[in-house]
Amino acid sequence: MTALKPDLKSGPTTPHVCFEAVSKSYDGKTLVVHSLDLEVARGEFLTLLGPSGSGKTTILMLLAGFEVPSAGVIRVAGKPVQDLPPRKRGIGMVFQNYALFPHMTVRENLEFPLEARSVAAQAREERVARAMDLVRLSGLAGRRPAQLSGGQQQRVAIARALVFEPELVLMDEPLGALDRSLREEMQYEIRSIQRRLGVTMVYVTHDQREAMVMSDRIAVLRGGRIEQIAGPEGLYEEPERVFVANFIGENNRLDAEVTSVEKHLCEVVTGGETIRAIKVADCEVGDTVTLSMRPERVAVNPRDGLYSNETDAIVEDVVFLGGQLRVRMTACGSDQIVAKIPNMLGHGGLLVGDTVRIGWAVADCRALAAEPAHS
Amino acid sequence: MTARWRAAALVLPLLIYTVVTFLVPLTTMLVRSFYDPVVAEVLPGVLAALDDWNGSGDPPEPAWEAAATDLRAAAEAGTVGRVASRVGRVDPDLRTVLPGTAFALAEGGLRPARGQTWHDVMVSVDSAWASPDTWRGIKEGGRRFTSRHYLNAVDLTRGPDGSVAARPEDRRIYLPLFWRTLQVSLAVTLLCLVLGYPVAHLIAHASPRKRGILLALVLVPFWTSLLARTTSWIVLLQNQGVINDLLVATGLVADDGRLALVYNMAGTLIAMAHVLLPFMVLSLYSVMNSISPQYMRAAASLGARPWHAFRKVYWPQSLPGVGAGCLMVFILAIGYYITPALVGGSSGQLISNMVAYHMQQSLNWGLAAALGVLMLGGVMLLYVLYDRLTGGRVGIR
Ligand SMILES: Nc1ncnc2c1ncn2[C@@H]1O[C@H](COP(=O)(O)OP(=O)(O)O)[C@@H](O)[C@H]1O
Ligand SMILES: [Mg+2]
Repeated sequence: MTALKPDLKSGPTTPHVCFEAVSKSYDGKTLVVHSLDLEVARGEFLTLLGPSGSGKTTILMLLAGFEVPSAGVIRVAGKPVQDLPPRKRGIGMVFQNYALFPHMTVRENLEFPLEARSVAAQAREERVARAMDLVRLSGLAGRRPAQLSGGQQQRVAIARALVFEPELVLMDEPLGALDRSLREEMQYEIRSIQRRLGVTMVYVTHDQREAMVMSDRIAVLRGGRIEQIAGPEGLYEEPERVFVANFIGENNRLDAEVTSVEKHLCEVVTGGETIRAIKVADCEVGDTVTLSMRPERVAVNPRDGLYSNETDAIVEDVVFLGGQLRVRMTACGSDQIVAKIPNMLGHGGLLVGDTVRIGWAVADCRALAAEPAHS
Repeated sequence: MTARWRAAALVLPLLIYTVVTFLVPLTTMLVRSFYDPVVAEVLPGVLAALDDWNGSGDPPEPAWEAAATDLRAAAEAGTVGRVASRVGRVDPDLRTVLPGTAFALAEGGLRPARGQTWHDVMVSVDSAWASPDTWRGIKEGGRRFTSRHYLNAVDLTRGPDGSVAARPEDRRIYLPLFWRTLQVSLAVTLLCLVLGYPVAHLIAHASPRKRGILLALVLVPFWTSLLARTTSWIVLLQNQGVINDLLVATGLVADDGRLALVYNMAGTLIAMAHVLLPFMVLSLYSVMNSISPQYMRAAASLGARPWHAFRKVYWPQSLPGVGAGCLMVFILAIGYYITPALVGGSSGQLISNMVAYHMQQSLNWGLAAALGVLMLGGVMLLYVLYDRLTGGRVGIR
């Protein structure tokens, strides 16, 4: 599989994939995708992350051509693709349950896309061998899908999506059926193959860890809308929505009332404590906001005066996580305040029922627009 | 232990039912095709006396007396007719010779006069007794175990010297019928496949609501009485029927050139294909239903044109259904009886109509049984062959 030639016609700055105000409704009433704007750069690994039913598969199907947008334009390499049938889009696709042809051997499965493109027999053989090599499946060419393990089927599906050298590859929860250790192995492998070939990847998963490990950028979806799109670090460190903060990693949330507003900061009151936070939400005095803090940024018994946010807390629960301790406490009117602290000798002397001092930096505390608790 | 007996008791009704309604009649039928004791029971003396007779020249003297005794007894017991009809199938002349002699003996109370033998008496009643053919007919027809029906069923005859030969071309009945049955069954199967495949595909991949409606459209005729469906075809297809009227009205066919669509082979084909179509559609549907639409999507995303994707991806996966459907339709078609009987005329009759004829009209149950056994054997052979070819993966899931 050779490195891909840059697309000269569309120029280096044109996004490889571009959704412009794309909406989709299956029944004509409810929108499954709401006016979606999305750009994927050439060679980028973009992940659509979201809970089940958030429209991830639908977006992939729109891009692959199996569904038609109800509104909006989808461009690939700058050209609208509405009128292209799936077979002409040249997109490699790995389906949720692989969709390997059960009556064909591994070799026949891999030859299928080449045959459909009338690749000569000799070139075909070469490319199949290279694809098998790429996913480290050599030697299994004569087997049928039913004779392969889940992990091997997965590799065949990936090889089949790559064997005709597409520039754009779509994968829909490809690792969902694998057990954990295999899944982690495959995450790194898919990522490294994507880098090596330089293909553009649109990847779908509902597993935030998987998204963090693999992606250049992650689009967090909820109810057919993008909540936030950013790199893994950006999403984790600077969530803009409560949903995102909760969905990615562990999060402390506190509902609070705004008492004063500065340019980038605000002061809020919750459970009788006054807390200073970064103002992310567009809020005014009197509004309710939701504070978001990562557990590892909450310090237990910090040095005096280190943090401007400090309060008393009662230890409810201490869980041993190996390198860390997960301490659950009651503070600021919530009994779900969690701190993750380094695991020191004797659990840092923390006992359930102890009263401790906790503190956190203003920069680690974000005031987000309040959302109903259930979502 | 009691639990097992209780379980066995639950299947007992079905077992009894199967034995009584299926196994016993089937076995009786099978046996009848090669075993017929009637003549041997009515004419025991004659047959014993003919045991050592080699078939040429006059039979031994005891045979004559035994024949007279047995025939007289048969006439009195009223069994001579049954014997005559059986022996008559070997030698048609005997159909009249036996009853004639028997009643003459019984009514006339004939006995050999002084100086006469039974030989003289018999010949005087009917000169046919002087011919060894008559005796050979009795000896042949009196066998308890016989291959006669099977030879007959494949148009072979056994000559007087016991040698087997094919019937002359123009007197063959069953082989051409078997051949025609095979052809019609194949044609009907093919017709059902061609008509049923797209329908099954449509149903299997329609939305749930549409699927329900379409399935009902297939099932309603399936549930309608066979007789009703066949007779409505007569209404549609006959010379002054709906289809011909339509063709004439549209000018496709001249009024004096109406098509003969019924009471011939065409009628048999059309009506049988219609009757058997649901079996094909349902067999195909059950398999197609389990083919995920994902496969066709995958094929399209891999660059395949619809036809290429169908040929390489869909068709091979639907083959178990094709096999099961064809097998079912073919087997049902081979034994089809009512439909050809009603719409087939004389050129559309199949082998099962012949079986029915021998069961109901000619009362040659032995021959009917032999024909049935041959059909059963053929179908079983076909099934074994199919099973071998598909490695036991019969597509009914
Ligand atoms: N073919 C379809 N017809 C009707 N509704 C659909 C169809 N596919 C998906 N949906 C609906 O669209 C929404 C999004 O589905 P999907 O894109 O499959 O989500 P995800 O892949 O994120 O789980 C769901 O509410 C689902 O019920
Ligand atoms: Mg999905």
